[in-house]
Amino acid sequence: MSSLAVRKAAPAAGTTPGTAQGPPLRRRIAFVPTVTLLIGALYCLLPVAWVVIAATKSGSELFSTFTFLPGTGFTENVRDLNAYRDGVYWKWMGNSALYAGLGALLSTAVSAFSGYALAIYRFRGREAVFNILLAGVLMPPVILAIPQYLLMAKADLTDSYASVLLPLVLSPYGVYLARIYSAAAVPTDVVEAGRMDGASELRIFTRIALPMMVPGLVTVFLFQFVAVWNNFLLPYIMLSDDEKFPITLGLFTLLEQGSNTPALYTLVITGALLAVIPLVALFLVIQRFWSLDLLSGAVKS
Amino acid sequence: MISARRKSYGVKGAPYAFLLPATILFALFFALPIGYAVWLSLHKVQVKGLGLGSGARKEVWAGLENYTDSLTDSELLAGALRVLGYGAIVVPVMLGLALLFALMLDTDRVRLAPVTRLAIFLPYAIPGVVAAMLWGFLYLPDVSPFYFVLDRLGLPQPDLLDGGPLYIALSNIAVWGGTGFNMIVIYTALQAIPAEVYEAAKLDGATPLQTALRIKIPMVVPSLVLTFFFSIIATLQVFSEPTTLKPLTNSVSTTWSPLMKVYQDAFGKGDIHSAAATAVIIALVTLVLSFGFLRAANSRNKQEAAQ
Repeated sequence: MSSLAVRKAAPAAGTTPGTAQGPPLRRRIAFVPTVTLLIGALYCLLPVAWVVIAATKSGSELFSTFTFLPGTGFTENVRDLNAYRDGVYWKWMGNSALYAGLGALLSTAVSAFSGYALAIYRFRGREAVFNILLAGVLMPPVILAIPQYLLMAKADLTDSYASVLLPLVLSPYGVYLARIYSAAAVPTDVVEAGRMDGASELRIFTRIALPMMVPGLVTVFLFQFVAVWNNFLLPYIMLSDDEKFPITLGLFTLLEQGSNTPALYTLVITGALLAVIPLVALFLVIQRFWSLDLLSGAVKS
Repeated sequence: MISARRKSYGVKGAPYAFLLPATILFALFFALPIGYAVWLSLHKVQVKGLGLGSGARKEVWAGLENYTDSLTDSELLAGALRVLGYGAIVVPVMLGLALLFALMLDTDRVRLAPVTRLAIFLPYAIPGVVAAMLWGFLYLPDVSPFYFVLDRLGLPQPDLLDGGPLYIALSNIAVWGGTGFNMIVIYTALQAIPAEVYEAAKLDGATPLQTALRIKIPMVVPSLVLTFFFSIIATLQVFSEPTTLKPLTNSVSTTWSPLMKVYQDAFGKGDIHSAAATAVIIALVTLVLSFGFLRAANSRNKQEAAQ
């Protein structure tokens, strides 16, 4: 903290050692980049700032007071939201946590097994398996979701937790990331050494390789968590019982009803704010655990 | 002897065992549904008499009938054109901004970089449906600060949820949600450029702008190709955002995008056979575009490597 203060104060005084050689103005701060980034940040924070303020407004204030003027109805809005259909909102939040948490966990496990197998072993059909999995990334979700729905209906599984959880467990992108990561993080001689010691393949994987893969798997988990939490289409198609809705679908139905009863708009807005908080908080806490270089496929061993 | 044989068998069988869960899931939730969609698209329902009683409705072979119906459907074509127009705004603007911000983050002596980077990445954590809601409210004249400002300045106030502005309104939601993610991908690639690369430029006295244009951008072309590719696919599949704006405006029809039309055909009209045909067509277009693009990108890389 103190170093920041010193750096801030120094250019004003114009006596930092660094300024001695170059033109003083260019030595201080890169003005254009900083301003550009600030404008970008403001643009990205605008709707978030809006929802924070709008959630404090009562129904009448929402349409009558200036947008960025805080209102007086926040506690009342939260109370209304809690009371709405016996607290179905919190049921939706719980469902989203279940779908995203369990779904991402299962998905990470499957990705870890498959990615490890594709990275470490040489076997017939390896490239074919990998390419077929990758083609899965390109499939538009609706194309899959409609026949998935019809097939689930035949198995009498629609409108169940499983119908939303299971189709998302296999994530081609997760397998791809896990493969890149295990190729980079697990040296083959370590696997060989394990075999020399007579460890079984499963034991080598769980005891030796898995701990090495943890940073990459955290990234896969977070990716999948965000993907499932943000998913709208699959639950929209699969579910009709609103006790099983995730938060995205729940808020959507609330908004749909709001076009007839604008009083529900304050519920939608308060609900949107409360729905955003956990994910943003999760993000702020764990963003430093993300190996973002994985995203560009640029892992160096 | 026995243990040695068992061990080698273990090594041979292990990858298949490890891949078993993925294979089962792929068969059940990817291969089977795709196969079923293709089967559906080649069949239709034939109704006998009044269509009452068991056996009166039968699925019969339809050949390519559903496909010709789909391809000559003017609403599907209109939807495809709408999505093309939407994509023509989203992809260049989003990737342009992502590249700009990534380059700015990678500049020397830039201030507040960690904070602004996080702020720009933040929309990635917000579900598309919620993002569309937030912006949807910001577009409503009674709630929006834009209308307030325009009103005070005495400027005309366009309806953001109709006609041409609707495209901008929808594109803005996608740009807002996607810029940060793409920025991070490009920024990560910029960070991976070794310092020696810049040294010659420094000796030549290149300005930051020249360094960006002549060194940085060419070095991150692979990331740009990747982000471009994923953006195009995401754009073709747009569904949640226009669906979410639907309750706020009458200008978004139930068939605004091709995928919305598939949904509408299947669940609105209950015509799963033609919905399946349309779905297969969209999947094929996506695959052809993807592979065409990947081949073009690959041959370009090879040409460069040869030079």
